[in-house]
Amino acid sequence: MPEIASQSALRVRQLRKAYKDVVAVDGLDLEVLAGECFGLLGPNGAGKTTTVEICEGLTPPDSGEVEVLGRRWSLDAAQLRQRLGIQLQDTQLSEKLTVQETVRLFRSFFRQGAEASDIIARVQLEEKKNSRVGDLSGGQKQRLALACALVGDPDFLFLDEPTTGLDPQARRQLWELIEEFKQSGRTILLTTHYMDEAERLCDRVAIMDHGKVIALGTPRELIASTCAEQMVEFTAGSVSHALDVPALRRIAGVREVRTENGAVLLQVAELHTSVPALLAELTRQNVPLTELRTHSATLEDVFVTLTGRHLRDE
Amino acid sequence: MSDNTISDVRAGVAEKKSPRANSLADHPLVQLTLVRFREFIREPEALFWVFVFPVLLAAGLGIAFRNRPAEVLRIAVVTPELAQSLRQEKLLDVQQVDTEAAQEALRTGKVALLAAPGSSGSVEYRYDDTNPEGRAARLLADRAIQRAAGRVDPVSTSDQLMREAGSRYIDFLIPGLLGMNLMGSAIWSMGFAIVDARRKKLLKRLVASPMPRPYYLLSFLLSRILLLVVEVGVLVGFGALLFHVPVRGSLVDLAVVCLLASLSFSALGLLLASRARTIEAASGLMNVVMMPMWIASGVFFSSQKFPDMMQPFIKALPLTAVIDALRANMLQGSNLAQMAPQVGIIVFWLVICFALALKLFRWR
Repeated sequence: MPEIASQSALRVRQLRKAYKDVVAVDGLDLEVLAGECFGLLGPNGAGKTTTVEICEGLTPPDSGEVEVLGRRWSLDAAQLRQRLGIQLQDTQLSEKLTVQETVRLFRSFFRQGAEASDIIARVQLEEKKNSRVGDLSGGQKQRLALACALVGDPDFLFLDEPTTGLDPQARRQLWELIEEFKQSGRTILLTTHYMDEAERLCDRVAIMDHGKVIALGTPRELIASTCAEQMVEFTAGSVSHALDVPALRRIAGVREVRTENGAVLLQVAELHTSVPALLAELTRQNVPLTELRTHSATLEDVFVTLTGRHLRDE
Repeated sequence: MSDNTISDVRAGVAEKKSPRANSLADHPLVQLTLVRFREFIREPEALFWVFVFPVLLAAGLGIAFRNRPAEVLRIAVVTPELAQSLRQEKLLDVQQVDTEAAQEALRTGKVALLAAPGSSGSVEYRYDDTNPEGRAARLLADRAIQRAAGRVDPVSTSDQLMREAGSRYIDFLIPGLLGMNLMGSAIWSMGFAIVDARRKKLLKRLVASPMPRPYYLLSFLLSRILLLVVEVGVLVGFGALLFHVPVRGSLVDLAVVCLLASLSFSALGLLLASRARTIEAASGLMNVVMMPMWIASGVFFSSQKFPDMMQPFIKALPLTAVIDALRANMLQGSNLAQMAPQVGIIVFWLVICFALALKLFRWR
């Protein structure tokens, strides 16, 4: 199966899915190219999981078309299942089985793929191969879930929030495993609500909100598209010396001003001109500065700019 | 390559073998069935309820209801003359007390009957006619008094005592417990495992893989059939060894009835587990279905004790049919043809439940 780089691994057109009175996916279009790692980023309830499960052939859509690896679920489900690796959000594998028994079970469903023991080694669970699943840590369980997704040597890997709830070290370990798979040139569709995860792993990202894609591009492109690439965050003023926020908008190079939990966030094009201007303005207002921080804009800032909400707000 | 394969097979270790060398063990159906076994064996509670509990129950009830030597009935008399004539009867334990104490003993059930002299040489019996012991004591006491007074029976009779295995309570009980166990283990093992897997989204994960879906179901049936051999063997073997409970019918017929019963209850379990998302919902549903059968289907006492009006419904219950068939096989030695009505009911439930379950079943 020689796959040309520009060939699409997944094509979704005008996808719709409603549950009772909630529209989970609302006319979604999506294309994932073969060999890329594509991220679906969005807050809880944005429709990420519903979209992914429709693409995985687990949920029938109300309308719209889905084509995975050039095939349709209605015609080629059995062949498709052999070529996909799937990790679902919070699946609990049977706690009484050992790591090895679990991987062997999933391996038995696939016609091709590496030996169970090789896959256990690849996800660094060799020492735990005879441990019960119930005795594993959260990170080890997620690595086992990844192993079960990799047993069939898949062309296309679906990962639904693979690192949610893990500690930073366990997340980095899982990222390394995902990057390793990426290097073999195969396709990944990943959902997450961690912006750092998407920035690190994904070639392209679609930001979803309320069942629609509201932005699409490489993480760099998306950040650049907000016009300002730098963020200045500061706290200043007191009860006696209140800050004149509207005046800040008149500073040269400031694109947007937002207040958040008592702090002020400025989106600026260039730090080296805007920060001195900000300090001068504060001196003019005679307001003492208590804290000042700057950072490069992230996907989180892109999301906030687009929706006015944070990714992890409910 | 072929050398490697051979040496690996000889080594027989789980690791590093060529995929073909172990193709049977790596068949999805074998792996799924192994999972069923492992999950069962690694749950000590399940082992207890399926294998140990029925034996303990049978042992306890067998001892409590064991057949005692013919029972002696206690009666009270108030005069020495009556006491003397009544003591001729060996089945009566005669106590001579004063009238007041005798009344008290009768009222509290310490004696079954009170014999007192009536007017002009007659004898008066006081007893509770709804109590079988009272009626039996009345007959025995009256016979003893009439004989002591010179009555001669016109027809000579003789007694031949039958104390045969097969008509005792334990003989009645073992097939009942066997039926109850077949129902409980099939419904519980099927219901809990499936609902738990659905709750944990494991069912969804399995159907996201290329697992052939019918294999999942088949793995339950295969493991059930294998466990059935142990389950039936333990209880029937226990009954036969300790209490000499007979198995008069053919063992093949017994196996067929047990197999059909287990499949039928498994189908019922599958139906009950087809939609439930929580263990609580599933166990509530299972209890609602099983409770009436525990009571009405004749596990511990004959289902004939229920009013005639209810009999057609009770007879149509799957557990009634199973227990009736088991008793017919073990105690009366009936063959499959003689058990046709019961087998028909079992198969009817199997087909209906299985068809409904397939229609209603949800993987998520």
